[in-house]
Amino acid sequence: MALLDRLSAVSEPLSRDDVAKVAGLAMLELSEEELDTFTGQLAAVLEHAKDVEALDVADVSPTHHPYPLVNVFRPDEVEVTDVREAALDAAPEAEDGQFRVPPALGEEP
Amino acid sequence: MSEITTSGPSDSALEIAAAVRAGERSAVEVVDAHLAQIEAHEPAVHAFNVVMAEQARAAAADIDARVAAGEDPGPLAGVPVALKDNMCTNGVPTTCSSKMLDGWKPPYDATAVERVRAAGAIAIGKTNLDEFAMGSSTENSAFGATKNPHDLNAVPGGSSGGSAAAVAAGFAPLALGSDTGGSIRQPAALCGVVGLKPSYGAVSRYGLIAFASSLDQIGPFTRTVADTAALYDAISGHDGRDSTSIPEPMEATVPHLDDGVAGLRVGIISELFSGELASGFEPEVLAQTRAAADALAAAGATVDEVSVPSTIYGLSAYYLIAPAEASSNLARYDGVRYGHREDGAANTGGMMTASRTAGFGSEVKRRIMLGTYALSAGYYDAFYGKAQRVRTLIINDFDRAYADYDVLLSPTSPCVAFPFGAKSDPLTMYLNDVATIPSNLAGHPAISVPFGAGRDGLPVGVQILAPMLKEADLIRVSAVLENAAQESAA
Repeated sequence: MALLDRLSAVSEPLSRDDVAKVAGLAMLELSEEELDTFTGQLAAVLEHAKDVEALDVADVSPTHHPYPLVNVFRPDEVEVTDVREAALDAAPEAEDGQFRVPPALGEEP
Repeated sequence: MSEITTSGPSDSALEIAAAVRAGERSAVEVVDAHLAQIEAHEPAVHAFNVVMAEQARAAAADIDARVAAGEDPGPLAGVPVALKDNMCTNGVPTTCSSKMLDGWKPPYDATAVERVRAAGAIAIGKTNLDEFAMGSSTENSAFGATKNPHDLNAVPGGSSGGSAAAVAAGFAPLALGSDTGGSIRQPAALCGVVGLKPSYGAVSRYGLIAFASSLDQIGPFTRTVADTAALYDAISGHDGRDSTSIPEPMEATVPHLDDGVAGLRVGIISELFSGELASGFEPEVLAQTRAAADALAAAGATVDEVSVPSTIYGLSAYYLIAPAEASSNLARYDGVRYGHREDGAANTGGMMTASRTAGFGSEVKRRIMLGTYALSAGYYDAFYGKAQRVRTLIINDFDRAYADYDVLLSPTSPCVAFPFGAKSDPLTMYLNDVATIPSNLAGHPAISVPFGAGRDGLPVGVQILAPMLKEADLIRVSAVLENAAQESAA
């Protein structure tokens, strides 16, 4: 009955911990004050969305996209797509034709 | 109330283009007149993030040289166009009014930008918006809000508030905006100009910085219906660089300007006019909607009320779908390849988090978190999945209504332009979009046309909705409403 568990979980109000977890997933850092503000605001929006949550639409198919296009192909023609310099020009830091970032596993000094 | 809508150049785009093509007026003189209006009033309005004065003068000189050489530079020859600052312009800063993209210069033009230039129009500046097009007032811009040219103490609407204000203030006869949940139509209504959201797929999104990809659509702002028709015809049509672009040829709308509405069946959407939801709308807005319906009836249309029941779920479905898609689209801003990078982090992950935290404003963070939550394991079916099914319900309801009606009518916005700070609670702000969102969810075209005044004499817009790819019907109805509004004002 995992689905039922999940559906009942949805009806629980959004908690401060939920928001902190979501912020982490979205790679955003929130202050304690922001956590409080966002929790209230996001809970209000989700509360409004309860009208949708309550609808029985099990027999309705979802719309992912408003215009039914499938298998969109272009002609397989060779084009010049060498934009490396233009792309690197916009980078905060570049070196040897590549994007440069801080060490992947660097630790606080 | 201080207003500046009555000053400055008032010629329509088509009048300017006709004079420039005939060699009666130089494009340089046209551009200079608009730059003078910008210089005089931009400090008060703040419609632009960047004014492209030098580029515009150079492009105008080029148009004049082509006319002198006997060439026809196109249907919009010499007409200044303002571009919402979420459309890529080669070598010109494109910021989305976000600190995240401050200073970024794209290496290419958006297709819609290419097409207005190919039609002879002259890009005169990049206009302000709510950060990443998320908002209904331009108050979310990282570079300060735009003011409504009809009342400098009121918002211009949003998110394309800068484009709407630029057209209303006489800075340009034409502007391009983008509409994800009403971001063209609502500011058009609040600034007293015409704004069209085309059918999804009718105008290429290549080079439009993505907010919610299944809803975003580029469209025109103008002061006249004929100019909207001409600008839509110039930018619409298939583009191989956008896989969601509709391959079939688009119907031109200009030939339908004088079709009239005799015999046309018009349905007023009950839920947005007389239902419970509409009880919160300003009475003057509802009265003008009624007057617009009467004007169409007087011009030979048949007018009735029709129920489109699931429109009342549109707002909730939208505020699950749009943030979900935004959270995915905005994951690309990580400080690695372009955009803001926060220095000082010890590792890559820390740099990404610090850059996103410093680069995004509150509304963008709110929507990213809402979308991340709605897509997370265990909640996907209940929120995003269900909202997509509601989308189908709305499409089905519209299809039923269009079996008996050619076009539908409603207010564009529940209210006229409101004071800055009046809707600081996010949910209250979101409620602004209740009448415009259903068209985005269905992918259908809709237009806002100025029709009279409401509270404090501020402009009211009425919205016409039509089935997929029926832009020509929107234009013929709008032309009748434009005439009726002018006659009742005279």
